[in-house]
Amino acid sequence: MSAVIDDHTHTADDHHHGPAKGFMRWVLTTNHKDIGTMYLWFSFAMFLTGGLMAMVIRSELFQPGLQIVDPEFFNQMTTLHGLIMVFGAVMPAFVGLANWMVPMMIGAPDMAMPRMNNWSFWILPFAFFILISSLFMEGGAPNFGWTFYAPLSTTYAPPSVTFFILSVHMMGISSIMGAINIIATILNLRAPGMTMMKMPLFVWTWLITAFLLIAVMPVLAGVVTMMLMDIHFGTSFFNAGGGGDPVLFQHVFWFFGHPEVYIMILPAFGAVSAIIPTFSRKPLFGYTSMVYATASIAFLSFIVWAHHMFTVGMPLTGELFFMYATMLIAVPTGVKVFNWVTTMYRGALTFETPMLFAIAFVILFTIGGFSGLMLAIAPSDFQYHDTYFVVAHFHYVLVPGAIFGIYAGIYYWLPKWTGHMYDELLGKTHFWLSFIGMNLAFFPMHFVGLAGMPRRIPDYALQFANFNMISSVGAFLFGATQLLFLFIVIKTIMSGKKATPQVWEGAEGLEWSLPSPPPYHTFSTPPDIK
Amino acid sequence: MLLGDKPKLIAAFSTLLACGSVYGEWGYNLPQGVTEVSRSIYDLHMTIFWICVVIGVVVFGVMFWSMLMHRKSLGAKPAAFHENTLIEIIWTAIPFLILVSMAVPATQTLIQVYDTKESDIDIQITGYQWKWHYKYLADDVGFFSNLSTPKAEIANEEPKGDHYLLEVDEPMVVPVNKKIRFLITANDVIHSWWVPDLAVKKDAIPGFINEAWTRIEEPGIYRGQCAELCGKDHGFMPIVVEAKSAEDYQAWLVAKKEAAAKERELRDKVWTSEELYSRGEKVYIKTCAACHQANGEGVPPVFPAIKGSKIAVGEPQKHIEVVVNGVQGTAMQAFGKQLSEVDIAAVITYQRNAWGNNTGDQVVPMDIVKFNEAGQ
Ligand code: HEM
Ligand SMILES: [Cu+2]
Repeated sequence: MSAVIDDHTHTADDHHHGPAKGFMRWVLTTNHKDIGTMYLWFSFAMFLTGGLMAMVIRSELFQPGLQIVDPEFFNQMTTLHGLIMVFGAVMPAFVGLANWMVPMMIGAPDMAMPRMNNWSFWILPFAFFILISSLFMEGGAPNFGWTFYAPLSTTYAPPSVTFFILSVHMMGISSIMGAINIIATILNLRAPGMTMMKMPLFVWTWLITAFLLIAVMPVLAGVVTMMLMDIHFGTSFFNAGGGGDPVLFQHVFWFFGHPEVYIMILPAFGAVSAIIPTFSRKPLFGYTSMVYATASIAFLSFIVWAHHMFTVGMPLTGELFFMYATMLIAVPTGVKVFNWVTTMYRGALTFETPMLFAIAFVILFTIGGFSGLMLAIAPSDFQYHDTYFVVAHFHYVLVPGAIFGIYAGIYYWLPKWTGHMYDELLGKTHFWLSFIGMNLAFFPMHFVGLAGMPRRIPDYALQFANFNMISSVGAFLFGATQLLFLFIVIKTIMSGKKATPQVWEGAEGLEWSLPSPPPYHTFSTPPDIK
Repeated sequence: MLLGDKPKLIAAFSTLLACGSVYGEWGYNLPQGVTEVSRSIYDLHMTIFWICVVIGVVVFGVMFWSMLMHRKSLGAKPAAFHENTLIEIIWTAIPFLILVSMAVPATQTLIQVYDTKESDIDIQITGYQWKWHYKYLADDVGFFSNLSTPKAEIANEEPKGDHYLLEVDEPMVVPVNKKIRFLITANDVIHSWWVPDLAVKKDAIPGFINEAWTRIEEPGIYRGQCAELCGKDHGFMPIVVEAKSAEDYQAWLVAKKEAAAKERELRDKVWTSEELYSRGEKVYIKTCAACHQANGEGVPPVFPAIKGSKIAVGEPQKHIEVVVNGVQGTAMQAFGKQLSEVDIAAVITYQRNAWGNNTGDQVVPMDIVKFNEAGQ
């Protein structure tokens, strides 16, 4: 009640009602834009941290022999790199974009549960502080890969694994609270007239992603809890010696893990589906089939988990089922790619930075999709599994898919957020250097993988040396380029040409009806939907 | 955690940069391999690859065409279409049909891979941190296979050999043109036994026995590596399979059995401390140093030190117990089943006298035999 009364007393000076000042503004804020901003900065910090670890990995792999780090530390680096990139960089970046854009796209004043929103964010820095601090604990950080297969992670892990479990629980809680908030916002706070089938695709993809999160994060929590019990309370979920089953771990893990990889890509589909039409000056082709394709991908993601486990010794019928189901995902994914290409077909294209990232997204993600299709073929997977071919595959979907998708979104909406245009020349430089670096780093990994190099090894046979050196050079280029992005963003915040509300000539949607930057409280009265 | 030796590092980098491809090879595809299955898989792989290439050319072709011809800067006027049910149905249906055409050969190959019936020879493969054990079930022959690349090559102190990291002290030996069935399991964590030329990759899982098979057509040496992260020396767990003609295989088997018999005789010999110590040192380097380190200092807290440890300088009986039975719930394996009594006695003697553990104790093979007989 008091909130309502408060509102009344403030109506007169509503337009003065801006953010509080100082440090506590950020700690206590419940404003979706502030929280979105914090998520994005946090994600970028984690991206650089995880990236630094990738640089350690690539330095060690620059040539055969052990030069820089010992194998124990190398394993800690791959593990933390994977965990930080997945849970610290990609997922929070998407949540940040959702916080900023979902209310603005559906004509809502804020997120549905602003206080919970504050909590979902602030849990994260603590979770990652705990995770990273395990590097300095006795026995070192987790060293069992981001998939943390038991019994390596239970019976043979360093003591810090308990902190790792705590930190995974915290990340999970944060994700679930974030997801609930997004669902509640989308279902309840749409402006009158904004029917489901009028929602922008970014909102759709996030709605579906949020359901995926709610479905699978508890599974992840379950599996780490079982580990905790095995380690400290004498149970034997995963210990064959006590009657447990190491393969059970993998089933539970991948029941979470496979949908997780779609969590890391669907919101990028949404962002790209906004960007390509804008710079093609043409409506998105096949909106309805895009929505259905996204939903089908999400559904299929629940019945394919065991394609990560073709070599564990499943029965033939199991292998066949998971092979066919996995291959099916190519159909809705194909629909999406064809629709994006057709959106560009006979448009009037311009190539500003967001569009460059979006086009690279479509091309490189498709290449990652091709290698994914190859991996789906169970008998061939016997040769590819756990080699660098897999590392190439998932980096082709994660770097151009998730990361380029995020960059495309940030460049696209940055003028809206800050009220300033970014420097187009610098933006394009950032794109081209990233594009070249990324391909140089990851394309040769297909070759060494097929030629027989296992993943997660700190040293390799001589026949893999040439391509590994090229990979490392590409990785250093890609890594260094990301600092340019930091500079571009700071420069845009501090200065730069004033942005119009519309920003892009072909842009459509409610967010562009607001001034740039938008007022601190978005849409205090619901907008009209045509 | 950091290895020292910056100057050596810089020297290595500069030679590498100076000669471009000093390492010569540019392998970029799957090997066709030496079995029927490996060739089926290779063909399947290439078929799917070319289908992907064709799809890619079409899709990216349309895309590049649009990017080149429909630029705003060329005065392109945007069309307004945004839906076409027929087209959307077509590009759901066509990919589906392509997938069916891929699924058929894939299913056939998979059935072939799974046909482990009617084998001529059965070999049990057990993964350990970080070595493989091969046991020929019908012939009562068994042995460990360890990485044989010298530490100095790995540390860049010596030039690397041709088979750097892909060489072992004792390869698995098999006859050609026989159906060989592998029974694959593990003793500690999950490993995966992979030889690309045979197209066999199967996880070795504690508590499970997985099956795989091969029939090698040409004599030769085929190399592979463990393919599942299994701890710090995962990258140093190679697999070498030597395929021999039937006669050569028989000769090898006979020699192997004789050597084992000799080994058993050693048990009853009278050993001097020096003999035990020097034999023990070899066993230590091969079996224990991976975890406890060559200097006996271990990697606490996961791998405890032997140097100055309570067990290694205390009661010999306790020391024997730890080595023979292992320590439940830790990485310390039960070596009683892996090593001969001679080797166990030798390595214990070595540990009790090396690195300043000057107990002066001597543990002889008979002590181990007695320990085992006491049923502990
Ligand atoms: C400059 C960019 C990057 C480089 C050079 C890089 C490099 C690598 C390398 C060399 C590995 C180790 C492969 C192995 O030994 O098995 C790896 C693993 C991995 N990377 Fe990246 N990476 C980069 C960016 C990313 C991004 C953006 C993501 C996610 C969004 C990501 C996710 C992962 C994951 C999940 C693993 C697996 C970790 C594991 O084996 O447990 N990486 N990366
Ligand atoms: Cu292994």
